[in-house]
Amino acid sequence: MIFHPGILALLLGSALTSSMLCYCAYEGVRIIWGWDIRSGSERQLELERRTYLVSLVMSYVLGFQLLSLFLFIYTADTLSPLFIGAMCAAGSLKVNGFGYPALILKIVTCLLAGLWLIVNFTDNKAPDYPLIRIKYWLLLCITPFLIAEASVQAGYLLGLKPNIITSCCGTLFSTDVNTVISDLLALPRLLSQGAFLASTLITMALGLYVYLKTKGACLFSIVSLFHLFISVTALISFISIYFYELPTHHCPFCILHSEYGYVGYPLYLVILVSALSGLGTGIISPFRKIASLHDVIPHIQKRLALISILANSVFILIAGYGILFSNLSLAAY
Amino acid sequence: MIHLQDIRKVFNAGKPNEFVAIEGVNLAIDSHGAIALKGPSGSGKTTLLSILGCMARPTSGRITLQEREITSLPERFLTEIRRETFGFIFQQFNLIKGITVLENVMLPAYPNAENHASLKKRAMDLLDLLNIGGKALAKVEWLSGGEAQRTAIARALINNPTIIIADEPTAHLDTHLSAEFMEIMRQLKQEGKTILLASHDPIVYESKVIDRIVEMRDGKVVSAGGGP
Amino acid sequence: MKALEKQRNILDFTLSSLGRRKGKNIALVMVYTFVIFLLASVLFFTHSLKKEAALILQDAPAMTVQRLVAGRQDMIPMHYIDSIRQIKGVQSVVPRLWGYYYDALSGANYTLMVNADLNDRAGEIIIGNGVSWRSAPGKRNNQGLQKNDIIPFKTYDGTVLGLKVKGLLPFASELVTADLILVSETDFRKIFAIANDQATDLVLQVRNAKELPTIAAKITQIHPDTRPILRQEILRTYDAVFDWRGGVILMVLAGVFFAFIILAWDKATGLSAEEKREIGILKAIGWETSDILLMKFWEGAAVSLMAFFMGIFLAYLHVFLASSILFAPVLKGWSVLYPHFRLTPYINAYQIATLFFLTVIPYTVATIVPSWRSATIDPDSVMRM
Repeated sequence: MIFHPGILALLLGSALTSSMLCYCAYEGVRIIWGWDIRSGSERQLELERRTYLVSLVMSYVLGFQLLSLFLFIYTADTLSPLFIGAMCAAGSLKVNGFGYPALILKIVTCLLAGLWLIVNFTDNKAPDYPLIRIKYWLLLCITPFLIAEASVQAGYLLGLKPNIITSCCGTLFSTDVNTVISDLLALPRLLSQGAFLASTLITMALGLYVYLKTKGACLFSIVSLFHLFISVTALISFISIYFYELPTHHCPFCILHSEYGYVGYPLYLVILVSALSGLGTGIISPFRKIASLHDVIPHIQKRLALISILANSVFILIAGYGILFSNLSLAAY
Repeated sequence: MIHLQDIRKVFNAGKPNEFVAIEGVNLAIDSHGAIALKGPSGSGKTTLLSILGCMARPTSGRITLQEREITSLPERFLTEIRRETFGFIFQQFNLIKGITVLENVMLPAYPNAENHASLKKRAMDLLDLLNIGGKALAKVEWLSGGEAQRTAIARALINNPTIIIADEPTAHLDTHLSAEFMEIMRQLKQEGKTILLASHDPIVYESKVIDRIVEMRDGKVVSAGGGP
Repeated sequence: MKALEKQRNILDFTLSSLGRRKGKNIALVMVYTFVIFLLASVLFFTHSLKKEAALILQDAPAMTVQRLVAGRQDMIPMHYIDSIRQIKGVQSVVPRLWGYYYDALSGANYTLMVNADLNDRAGEIIIGNGVSWRSAPGKRNNQGLQKNDIIPFKTYDGTVLGLKVKGLLPFASELVTADLILVSETDFRKIFAIANDQATDLVLQVRNAKELPTIAAKITQIHPDTRPILRQEILRTYDAVFDWRGGVILMVLAGVFFAFIILAWDKATGLSAEEKREIGILKAIGWETSDILLMKFWEGAAVSLMAFFMGIFLAYLHVFLASSILFAPVLKGWSVLYPHFRLTPYINAYQIATLFFLTVIPYTVATIVPSWRSATIDPDSVMRM
């Protein structure tokens, strides 16, 4: 292990969040067993009070996870000089087998926590709390993910030993190595640009449709999920190079550096927000049939669709700005 | 307006200090009028008042408010109803010390997400109506008993409730102030508000303002009859 | 917009409430600030040291070759130079002469290094700042050594050699140059009795940095008794050492930190009767549990932000203006020579984020349950009081 303040911070943070969530899971079990909204017994009143605690903790968990996602990448970046050949986070995450799984789990837990909060928000709009059992079952499903994330991250950070030779982002994300990521990059630029353009248009159009007609939420949420992957691919394969002003540099992390004005942070954030709001419209859609939620859900879906449209617009604005005002001209390549 | 059906409230259920505060209460309260809950201390007046005012949920029984069943509403929704329907005046007025009269009056409306400026204007109008507009920016601990009483009434009225609930409002007032309080209640009743008072003070329940007296003893309603 | 109005109203009330309970909150904010101050000082300090080291090593040679005898570094024969220069890719090989000198007068260790500029000016030296302050304890005005002052050196056989100060080294990178004395080759060999065909180590310039490992391998093949060291390796070691020191201090401070968390927990749990009454009133007049929680959130945010910025500000002053008087000895470690050590201010977003994780998040976690508990006071509690 490297005794680095950032590592200590990440370990402390994830230990705290996962233990809080474990406590919430325990409360969740009690609520699943004992909930009876018709009763006015002290036990039921106590359980109702506990739901506030769980919602509160989950909001904090989402916030912490989001922060720790970026702190994690930043830490990997900072540590890269300790590893031969690692020039940024892309290299230091490859130092051992836990690096990239930890990153992916972090993103997944962020999305899950966000979705839970959307379900919770919906449920709290109906006086009979119709989703109470569903959402606590969901909480029980999320908990293992968070624990896995904390353990994999610990595995990664504790297993770091300086000086291990790793590849730098130049080889991991260059087009001559055969990995899934580089396969994606090997797509002709026009194809990946076309895919991104089409996906953005479809997502925004569907978002608008959901916003206006409050229909098609499930399709919208599936499209949003695909859009998440396509946006990330587009960001790595052709948007980032305009910021780097280097046609061969395809690193997903360097764009977070100060040299590029930290532009990666808003870009990744809006990708996450767009995916979350898109998935959110879908996940609450099946509950429209519940009488007490019948009028509530379309309203929430409208709002989520609007958030998704806004997030995608922000992405286009920032990326468009980068492409238009870049000194890089791809005509020669 | 409010219907209580076989209401029972138990504290510390299942523990050695279990205590049944009220039991088997059936009561119907109509709009427009003043009702006094009368009875010795410990008779369950306050508990009944808090259940009537949607502050607490009964252990069993059914409540309907304006034809809507509210028995098993969770706190989140009960509070909303309480905020819109009831205005509360407490025994010791329970003003929050350290902040101004105006802020105290505005407090119940904060969760309503009303615009700060328009809320301030409404609060000032209310204070003017109760003749303490001049004290709006004074801290509450500097108020006289009468001013504190008017501030508490203004606070109860800020959300324009249909029902005013007061628990032992005259317990710490002299005769003069008690009479003044009942006079204000009379005016509110005239404006069409329903008044619910719990008191064992004759000035309250013998007042002409009161239309009906509900008598309580040992957690039960002994007489739900008409007024004097 | 409606939601914003509500936030504003509740934030308004929260801030005025905080103001009303100054006594209780000031103590908490002060301890909180102190904890952040300590942690931030450690982080800022180690980070600046790393930056400083990296700055110095920028100009360091890409490769240094030492000779090992019985596992210890020894003088390297000059004739190694020719064979190393033959290796493809090597641009130049230059011998270096340097060593440590213990000065009994000041009780400090100096680094003596031969500088080519002084080679035809035997008897003259150029000294670092630390040396100048340390070697002049008897001087009036506490000015330190000046030009043309003479420092006596005790040579290997006990005779004294007086060398004249011809200049001071610039301030820019004080960490490494503070204890440095530049001497001529003749004087150096005279003090330490080193034969003319030997050097301390060899410094290589290489045409292509990518070939460094290959060249290093070839050198050890030709001269198995040598040890080539790359600049990258030194840099990495510095980084690791400073990180490690910072980490160790953080662990030591963990005690202070836990004490603080317990205090925060205690403050949050031990609500005064007055506060309980207030929350009861708010709930009775129509505030909901979530509203109280929102208020508690703003309260925590206000306290945390205040302490956070004050702590960072104080740490900044401490590290960059007051020379980290509190724990510089532990972190710098090895020498007594740095009385006027001053770092170039350097703070980045990452340090702030790390600090936030190490302080605000544990504080928040410690206060979640107590604030929830206080928010779930029954609304009818004020009537039953």
